[in-house]
Amino acid sequence: MSSASPSVKEGEPSVAADPFVGLSDERLHGMLYDMMLIRRFEERTMQAYQQAKIGGFCHIYIGQEATAVGSVGATNNDDPIVTAYRDHGHALARGMDPNACMAEMFGKVTGCAKGKGGSMHMFDKPNAMYGGHAIVGGQNPLGCGLAWAAQYRGEDKVALCYMGDGALNQGATHEAMNLASIYNLPIVFVLENNGYSMGTDIARGTSMAHDQKSRAEAYGLRYFECDGQDVLDTYGTFKKAVDGARGARPINYNEKTGKRDSLPSYDRDGRTQGPAYVNVKTYRYWGHSMSDPQKYRSKDEVKTKQDIDCINRLVVQLQDAGRATEAQCEAMDTKAQELAKAAIAFAESSDPMPIEELYTDVYANPFGPYVKGAPNPDFA
Amino acid sequence: MVAQDDSRKIQYREALRQAMEEEMRKDDDIFLMGEEVAEYNGAYKVSEGMLDEFGPRRIVDSPISETGFAGLGIGAAMTGLKPIIEFMSWSFCLVSADQIINNAPKMLYMSGGQFGCPIVFRGNNGAGGQLGSTHSWSVESMFSSVPGLKLAVPATPRDAKGLLKAGIQDPDPFFNLESERMLGMGARGDKDFSRYLHGGLWAPPENDDDFVIPLGQCEVIKEGTDCTVVSAGRPVHFALEAAEALEKEGLDIEVINVRTYRPLDIETIARSVSKTNYCVVADQSWPFASVGAEVASQVYERCFDDLDNSVKRVHNDDVPAPYNREMEQEMLPNARKIAEAVRQVTYNA
Repeated sequence: MSSASPSVKEGEPSVAADPFVGLSDERLHGMLYDMMLIRRFEERTMQAYQQAKIGGFCHIYIGQEATAVGSVGATNNDDPIVTAYRDHGHALARGMDPNACMAEMFGKVTGCAKGKGGSMHMFDKPNAMYGGHAIVGGQNPLGCGLAWAAQYRGEDKVALCYMGDGALNQGATHEAMNLASIYNLPIVFVLENNGYSMGTDIARGTSMAHDQKSRAEAYGLRYFECDGQDVLDTYGTFKKAVDGARGARPINYNEKTGKRDSLPSYDRDGRTQGPAYVNVKTYRYWGHSMSDPQKYRSKDEVKTKQDIDCINRLVVQLQDAGRATEAQCEAMDTKAQELAKAAIAFAESSDPMPIEELYTDVYANPFGPYVKGAPNPDFA
Repeated sequence: MVAQDDSRKIQYREALRQAMEEEMRKDDDIFLMGEEVAEYNGAYKVSEGMLDEFGPRRIVDSPISETGFAGLGIGAAMTGLKPIIEFMSWSFCLVSADQIINNAPKMLYMSGGQFGCPIVFRGNNGAGGQLGSTHSWSVESMFSSVPGLKLAVPATPRDAKGLLKAGIQDPDPFFNLESERMLGMGARGDKDFSRYLHGGLWAPPENDDDFVIPLGQCEVIKEGTDCTVVSAGRPVHFALEAAEALEKEGLDIEVINVRTYRPLDIETIARSVSKTNYCVVADQSWPFASVGAEVASQVYERCFDDLDNSVKRVHNDDVPAPYNREMEQEMLPNARKIAEAVRQVTYNA
C-alpha cells in the first residue's frame, strides 16, 4: 500500500453530521453568490450571443453551477485547475474578473486572453486556471502534467481536472487516468456527468455508464460520487477527494535514496491516498451549445431537473436553518445581476483588439514576423 | 575533402546525450520522460546511464501511451518545467497529434501570452532500416507548417548537440527530428557518413558546456560554385556523397545544411543560389506540400532573376515506405537521384 503520509481530514463527526459541512456563514454566502453570479453571467452571455456580439461556439454552464463552485471551494486558490470548453463557470468560480471573461467572448483586448481564446479557452494565470480546452478529453493529460509539476517540485498542490461525460471514451482520458495512477499523482479527475455528450445519452455512448466506480477500480483511483445539484454535498465530497490527493508521492519511492524500493502495488479497492475520480451527477438546462435544438430530450425531463435547482436549493436550506435571510439572498442576486450587466457594458465599451496583435504571443522567443513591431507580412 | 578526422569519435547519439546531460546539470526544471528511457537505458541507448546520474525523479519511464505522456509534459511545461519528451520514433507521435500540434504550439497564443510551453519533443525520424511504412515517417513537412513550434533536423553530431541544447534552452515547443540511421554515425569504423565531411564541421567542441547552435541558421556544409543543393538531416549526407561523385565530373557543388525548417534561414539559401544560379532541394518527405516544396517556392520568390533553370526537387518517392531493402533505398532521396538532378538542372545531363 501507499507509503504516503495520511492527511485526510475526513471523519470529524461534527462535520459529517452537519448539513452545512462545517462551513461558516461567510463561506456559505460566498458559494451562493458565486452560483448566482455564474447563472446571471450566463444569462447575459446567451443574450449577447443571440445578438451576435459573441461568435464561434458558446457553451452555457447554467444548471451545473454547484459543480464548479462546490469543487473549487474545496481547493486552495493556487491548486491548478483545467477544464473543457464549458468553462465560464470554472473561471468565475476561480475568481476571474467577470469583465475579463465577458470581454474575452467579445474578442476584446481586455479579455483574459486578449480575445485570442474566446468562449472555449478561458485562461487565468493569477488564479491557476490552466484553461478551457476545446478538444474533448485533450485536457486530461494536461491535468496530469499540472499534478506532475506539483509532485516534481515537492509542492502540496492538487490538480483538478474537469471533463464532461463525452470525454469518457477518448483515449486521452484513459491514458491520463493510467498515468495518474502509476505515478500516484496529486490529481482529482472530475466527471461533470450531465448525462449527455452533446445529444448522445451517456448510456448510448459509454459502456458501464451506470457504474463509474468500476472505471475507478480499473485504474486504482479513489472513487467518489456526489449530487451535483447540491453544492454542499459537492463541496463535502471534494473536500475528501482533494485533501486525500494532496501531497501524493510516487509509490514505493524512497525520498532518501532517490530510488524506488519495489514495484508499485495497489489494493484491489483503490488507495486511501492519491489520485481520485469524482462522478458529479449534474444537469445542464440549456442545449449543448447555443445552436442545439435539443431534440434528444423532453421538456418534462428538463423541467424535473430544474425543480431541484442548485441555487434555489441552497437558498431554501440557508433560510430554513436561519443561516441567511431572504433579504440577504435577494441582495446577493441583485449584485450578481448588476455585475453581469456591467460585464456586458465593459466588454462592449472595450477597445477592439488591434490587428498588430495578430502576430504576437505566437512565440515566447520570437523570430521574423513574430517579433513585436516587425512588419506584418500581409500588410508589408 | 578531409577523409579522416580524430574528432569524429563522438557519435550522434552521444552528442544528443551530452546535450541533455549538460542542460540537466544546470537546471533542475528539466526532466526526461519517454518509453524505456530509464531502466532499459534507452531503446536506442541515447539516454544510456542517465538514470544512474539523475535518478528516477528526473529520468522517467512512461508506459506506451504517447498521448498521455506527451500531454503530461505539456501540462508540466505550462507551469514552467522544461520536459524533454522522447518518442522512440516520430512515427509513434502520430497517436499524440492532438497534444503535440494542437496543444503545445498554441497554448501561448490561446492564453493571450499567459502560459508558454517550454517543452522538447525528440526522437527518430525518417526511414530506419526496412521498418515498413508505419515506422518510417518523416514528419518535418507535416509539422513545419504549424505556427508556434520550432523544428530542427540535425545532420551531424555537432548539430545534434548544438541544436538540442538550443532547443532545451528555448522557451517554445521544440521538435528535434533525429535519425535512427545516424545514431551510430561517428563510431569508429562507420563508413556511411563520415568520409564526406570536413572535420571541423563534424563534432561539437570538446569541454564547452555553453556550445549551442542558434535556431534558424543554415550551415554551408560544403562550399561550391556550380549548383546549390539544399537539404537537412540524413539527406545532407546523400548530398555530400553526390557532391563527391559530381566533383569527378568537374561540377563543384555547394551543400547547405538547413538545420531548422522553422525558423527557416532562407537568406543563407538565397545567397548561395544567387551565387551558383542553380538549385536542387533534397528532402526526405513526400513531394506534395513538403518542406522541399516550400524551400523551392521561397527560392523562386527570392532568386527568380538569378536562376538559370527551374529548381529541381528530390524527395522520397510518393509511395508508402516499402520493406524490401532495395526498394527502400530507391525510395529515399539518395545520392544517385541528387546527382542526376544536379546534372539535369545544370544542363549536364
